Amino acid sequence: MTRRFLFAMVWLGVAWGAWSPAYAQVTEQRLVNSAKEPQNWFNYSGGYFSQRHSTLNQITPANVKNLELKWIHQTRLTGTWQATPLVVDGVMYITQRFNDVVALDAKTGRVFWTYQYTPSPNHKACCGANNRGLAILGDVLFMGTVDAHLVAIDTKDGHALWNTEVADIKLAYSLTVAPLVVKDKVIVGVGGGELGIRGFIAAFDVKTGKEVWRFYTIPGPGEAGHETWEPCPPNPQTYCDPDAWKHGGASVWLTGSYDPSLNLTYWGIGNAGPSHNPSQRPGDNLYTCSVVALDADTGKLTWHYQFIPNEKYDFDATQVPVLADIDWNGQPLKAMFFANRNGVYYVFDRATGKFLLGKPFVKVNWLSGFDEKGRPNQTPQSFDLPTWPGTQGATNWYSPSYSPRTGLFYIPAWENYANFVGGVATQYQEGRNFGGCCTKPYGPVPGAPGVPSISRGPVNNWTETAGTGAVIAIDARTGEQKWKYAFTDVTDSGILTTASDVLFTGVREGFFHALNARTGELLWRASLGGQIVNGPITYQVDGKQYVATIAGHSLVVFGLRD
Amino acid sequence: MHIGYMFAIMKSSAVRRRSAPGVVLAFLWVCGPAFAQNAALDHPVQYAPADIAFGASLYSGQCTNCHGATGDGVAGVNLASGKFRRATTDRDLTNVITTGIAGTAMPGFKFNATEVDGIIAYLRNMNSFDIGSVKPGDAQRGRAIFEGKGACLTCHRVNGKGSYVGPNLSEIGTVRGAGALERSLIDPTSGLMPINRPVRAVKKDGTVINGRRVNEDTYSVQLMDTQGRLVSLMKADLREYTISTKASMPSYKNELNPTELADVMAYLLALKGL
Repeated sequence: MTRRFLFAMVWLGVAWGAWSPAYAQVTEQRLVNSAKEPQNWFNYSGGYFSQRHSTLNQITPANVKNLELKWIHQTRLTGTWQATPLVVDGVMYITQRFNDVVALDAKTGRVFWTYQYTPSPNHKACCGANNRGLAILGDVLFMGTVDAHLVAIDTKDGHALWNTEVADIKLAYSLTVAPLVVKDKVIVGVGGGELGIRGFIAAFDVKTGKEVWRFYTIPGPGEAGHETWEPCPPNPQTYCDPDAWKHGGASVWLTGSYDPSLNLTYWGIGNAGPSHNPSQRPGDNLYTCSVVALDADTGKLTWHYQFIPNEKYDFDATQVPVLADIDWNGQPLKAMFFANRNGVYYVFDRATGKFLLGKPFVKVNWLSGFDEKGRPNQTPQSFDLPTWPGTQGATNWYSPSYSPRTGLFYIPAWENYANFVGGVATQYQEGRNFGGCCTKPYGPVPGAPGVPSISRGPVNNWTETAGTGAVIAIDARTGEQKWKYAFTDVTDSGILTTASDVLFTGVREGFFHALNARTGELLWRASLGGQIVNGPITYQVDGKQYVATIAGHSLVVFGLRD
Repeated sequence: MHIGYMFAIMKSSAVRRRSAPGVVLAFLWVCGPAFAQNAALDHPVQYAPADIAFGASLYSGQCTNCHGATGDGVAGVNLASGKFRRATTDRDLTNVITTGIAGTAMPGFKFNATEVDGIIAYLRNMNSFDIGSVKPGDAQRGRAIFEGKGACLTCHRVNGKGSYVGPNLSEIGTVRGAGALERSLIDPTSGLMPINRPVRAVKKDGTVINGRRVNEDTYSVQLMDTQGRLVSLMKADLREYTISTKASMPSYKNELNPTELADVMAYLLALKGL
């Protein structure tokens, strides 16, 4: 090989690198190694381990005060906007209600294309037609729809490639979850836990949309766990539903995590139905209110843990399981961290499901402790006394973050209470609400209007009496609180941390904050004028780091002043 | 670090209230005809107690997830007020219930006609449960007391008359029943919404500002001061900030006789906005 030829080869290589587009197909390898591409945000939780931690470090505690608005994208639809965008090679993809997908230049916010999906008018979503985002593989985006379809969309031109019906909307199924791509499959769970569904997680072939496996989150007759839906006693004193398992809820509405080394995918499972009347569904009611570990190729259950057997609070357990490889008492541990809506922070061995820690991160009074296997000793309060936390829980869909640098786990927390005044015997009727009645979140003055439990306007009429919010930083190994940044109002915002120890989060008040991830010190804030209900993300284009969040109906992107 | 708060200690009375639907239902069955009469004052249709009770049971199963047991679970919507943003007639209500509201979380419900009638009967009577111990008197006489002997306009405002210091009462009859109004007149602190709590702020230069809280966030507080001015204060600029749980309003238990109290209640119940 001559020197001239070698020179030509090098020149060609340099030239290719110079003019080839940044764009490349999203391969399985890129998804597995997403931490090596911090400029991109490949899936809902920013990586298979769902840490929402980025190794980008251009924005630091010292310069974060120089953040400025770069662009805003406004949606034309109403309702809360809980979606997390994806960013791949300079292009941002985001869903907006009901099921639109928009592709934007992540640097300028200019729109490349919009895909509009028209859901069936007969769809029924229990708690608003949310959509939390997309998954990507190759040149294809995947979106679940409010009428329970899964759609594959071309990343280049926003046209549908296939459209699969996941479940029957007559039975009140819906999809609000951002899908998870694992190898050649796209995995989703179904919503409808307040409407009498039988929940499931299912995987579909990315090329054809054909279902490959399905894991029912309520086991059927003959399957392990079915015995936890106990038969009704003869002559029951109160209403008992002999077919409770057929419509017992166990929805899945937040994206799971994946460990390639174990080939396991982990998902939080929702409440039992009817939520507030457990006496009509005797037994532990697996796998409601649980976390499950499934073989990613077959959907076969490897292990499970149930946070609250025969649950009555509607606490769900759909929070995002966060995975990390840590040191545990001197031994390496493949850990799972789980900050539950029920107010307790859990650590598991994610290979075996072994319960290692359960420690409240806010005031709780529904349990007094655990037995040696991790089963909670429940202490239900009487109907006229408050239960801590309240219906909305001590946390909820708002994603936590784990920073391997600080070893801290960051929780968007509520400190609140409710009277669980249910339950009411409720006979299942197809497509109808199946809640079992009522909680009483907070009514400050008898006979006067109470305080909305789900949403409200910009006046904080909940006040300190009903509940407050905070970012709580705990030691991921012990659950000990390290610092707390308290808000006057509650918070529905997820949390992002970066390798420069900056923590980004919002609050219902509309402030977008940067805190010091080690100390909780406020570094910077901006008032965005709308409730922040999604999780912030960070990405990089042309060597410049950006931070994106959603406030009200606006997607807002910040970067350092040029 | 925020300046020190004097947060309200949650009063046990505020949370030790039993409001199980069963209690409401039992109450309905006992007092049904009285409610029907009350409803008839505001609405040309008289609803049968059985329809109301049937509607209440349907409501508790189908509507409370979003609207809450007391009808105020959705921001900006108070079903118990009897006023609906997108419906005036029963036909409008039927339409909203059966077809939903596009672009919102309100879906259409597949109720049959009897069920729809029941739900509407219940919605039209939700605010009539809290009847208190005093039968409302004469609204005209109540207005004279409200504006005269009671001197209520010294602090409150009704339809453009009076002060801004206390909450505006122009629509109080849509959001509070007779029992709640009676309690507010006798024991104002028990009826004080926490958002309206009196606040005292002292700026770093020593300026004292008293007022009624209208909003608050982590970094600032908005209030109506004692001169009727809207004021917004940054907490970082204050050296003291206190939220009182005690209402500024005096009790009228001994100021007005029972007949006068009943008349004022009747007037307040009649205030339904313009």
